[in-house]
Amino acid sequence: MLRPMPVPESARPLFRPPFRNYQFDSAYDEMFEAPGEPRPHYRALFQTLLELPPEEMRKSQQAADLSFLHQGITFTVYGNDQGTERVFPNDLLPRIIPNQEWRKIESGLTQRLAALNLFLEDIYNKGRILTDGVVPRELVYSCRHFRREMRGLAVPRGIYVSVCGTDLVRLPDGSFAVLEDNLRVPSGVSYMLANRKVLKKVFPTMFRDYGVSPIEHYPQALLATLRALSPPSSTTRHEPTVVLLTPGVFNSAYFEHTFLAQQMGVELVEGRDLLVHDNVVYMRTTAGLRRVDVIYRRVDDDFLDPLCFRRDSSLGVPGLFNAYRAGNVVLANAIGTGIADDKAIYAYVPAIIRYYLGEDPILANVETYLLTDRSQRSYVLEHLDELVVKAVGESGGYGMLIGTQSSAEQREDFRQRIQAEPRNYIAQPTLRLSRAPCFLEGEAQARHVDLRPYILFGENVTLVPGGLTRVALRRGSLVVNSSQGGGSKDTWVLRA
Amino acid sequence: MLSRVADSLYWMSRYLERAEHTARLIDVDFQLRLDQSPESSAGRWLRLLEASQAPVPEDGKIDATTLTETLTLDKTNPSSIISCVAAARENLRQVREQCSSEMWEQLNRLYLQVNSTASGEAWLLHSYIFFRAVQEGSYLFQGVTDSTMAHGEGWHYIQLGRYVERTDALARLIGTHFTQLPHSPDQSVESEEYLEWVGLLKSCAAFEAYCKAYTAELRPLRVAEFLLLNPSFPHSVRFSVDMVHSALRAISELTGRKAEQPVRLAGRLRATLSFSQIEEIMASGANAYVESVRWQCLQAHASIHDIYFDYPVESALVS
Repeated sequence: MLRPMPVPESARPLFRPPFRNYQFDSAYDEMFEAPGEPRPHYRALFQTLLELPPEEMRKSQQAADLSFLHQGITFTVYGNDQGTERVFPNDLLPRIIPNQEWRKIESGLTQRLAALNLFLEDIYNKGRILTDGVVPRELVYSCRHFRREMRGLAVPRGIYVSVCGTDLVRLPDGSFAVLEDNLRVPSGVSYMLANRKVLKKVFPTMFRDYGVSPIEHYPQALLATLRALSPPSSTTRHEPTVVLLTPGVFNSAYFEHTFLAQQMGVELVEGRDLLVHDNVVYMRTTAGLRRVDVIYRRVDDDFLDPLCFRRDSSLGVPGLFNAYRAGNVVLANAIGTGIADDKAIYAYVPAIIRYYLGEDPILANVETYLLTDRSQRSYVLEHLDELVVKAVGESGGYGMLIGTQSSAEQREDFRQRIQAEPRNYIAQPTLRLSRAPCFLEGEAQARHVDLRPYILFGENVTLVPGGLTRVALRRGSLVVNSSQGGGSKDTWVLRA
Repeated sequence: MLSRVADSLYWMSRYLERAEHTARLIDVDFQLRLDQSPESSAGRWLRLLEASQAPVPEDGKIDATTLTETLTLDKTNPSSIISCVAAARENLRQVREQCSSEMWEQLNRLYLQVNSTASGEAWLLHSYIFFRAVQEGSYLFQGVTDSTMAHGEGWHYIQLGRYVERTDALARLIGTHFTQLPHSPDQSVESEEYLEWVGLLKSCAAFEAYCKAYTAELRPLRVAEFLLLNPSFPHSVRFSVDMVHSALRAISELTGRKAEQPVRLAGRLRATLSFSQIEEIMASGANAYVESVRWQCLQAHASIHDIYFDYPVESALVS
């Protein structure tokens, strides 16, 4: 008579620490194909974790946290006056992406950025895409980030967006889709580099054995990109002077600004360090005034020039726009790029790609409801409890309603806001973002993640392999933004 | 180098020096108090308050415990140690891409350490650990700075800030001490008085160095000579002014500015100090002399500000 054999402990590795409480749901799991069965590229990490005493991991995590605190790798939370500086939480378990998947992401993002740049050039010049009725004219002109001042202004190489950070999510079927394009002043790249530095210390052997593509050249690539944009007038005089313009020490990404300036070896300037005389931009140095050619600006359009945009801005430089218009200085990114990452324009990006490039989009969009459309709006208003509603011009997880986790009051509030200003909102289905293991409370737990690769566009398009994997550290949370309790982890793109 | 950056480095360095100086003063006081009557301790506190330009309590009551807390952990007092360290860090944070990461980490660590200190009885009992930590934190920062940062323009602003602050603080301390403590210059001091003069030397980190130069016999004249005119001791006025002058000369060369004024002002002060005779100084009153040193130092500071940090744009466009 056959009796069921007791399953030996080693054959059920999933239930051994640190995976004792690891949970699965309908979302795609980055590490496991099926419960207990890691995907091929995750096997080595899985094995290491089974063998590593949790105490070891806890120590490494503490050492990493302390090193982040001492280095002051922080971000600032707005609207919270107690201790505005906060350490950006870092998780030690890397997110691993096979080379083949990465190549698809790379070509998809390159295609998308090329099309969006053509779109911007068209919008601010002839507007063919509007005449041909592919993108509705009123959608463009009603966008808060449309800058009529940019009409007919020639930007170097026709590149409007030279630094881009696109948010990707992995859907339950395992495919990547674009959630959001960030074409204005995307941030987070310094955390990507800081995470890598820490992980190399924590898992040196595993890192080497895995064959991870390096990312450390990002600052050089950024500098080369910025130099490639320098105005023609500068090349005859000397090597172009590049500066990084920051809003100052109170900005949430200030750490990143200092970090990038230092790594590129360029001056970090604030508005008050610059002045414009005869349409030429100078910075005020101890040795006198020095001419500036390229400004990598991390200040929003609105605040760049009080003479041209918001008058109450003290972060900007009076006269900067005229110098820009005269071609004496280059801004990266250009002014007015926000029109192309408007969340309502987003719905048209696949059409934009087809229109300019004659190609099918390599990376899919997430299904999006436009609330200016009567039938889509009434559908959304009936299904507020299952959809995600986003304000079109916001970023950073602000101004968002997550239907499944909302109260009746919040839904009513959004219903009224949508009815008052339908152009200002879009809705999307609640996405099951993929989940990856994180080391929390002394064990591996599954958390939702996204991926933000950084794309540079100068002489040519450059992507450093990987990007910032952001993690929703709160159990069950779908919001990965650092301002909303998110953290990040290192992303390993394998060389083969 | 950006003017704003130079300004921040200069002030970062001044604030850190100020924190170190205050920590040393209170540390020394704490040690001396153990050997003294409450009256002489109160007298010293009055001098200490005057020297650090802190307000004397309105009721005139000198309570060492409260005053210690005000000068160390009181965040509302802008010249407390905790405020100075925070201001130094904030200045460096605004220009952190200009310094080495080791420097930033060192100052950030000092800041975190000072901030994690909770006031109260228990802290006071072991406060010497705190004062030691602040002084050592500052020494470490200087060492890290000297060995990890290029000795270029930025480094010279750091030097400049430290020694301008030191010149001013030393001059004030020596001035109040010689004005308020009765003494006959060329006789050796004794008993209760002796401790006060030891206190002055220790407040300038100079006791051991003084003993090496003049033996442990303390004469006010020699103390004054050592603290004012010694050319090789880092906490003497003359040494500090020498450093200010060298830093300014280097900056003037590196920037290529045709601005002679700060260098000239510091050079004149340097010459005054190197040609002064201590007997003459004491004859006309030490206080008058250090006041003139302070005034000239202030002039140099103002001129640095006008030429390197905040100059009118018109003047720069012409050149």
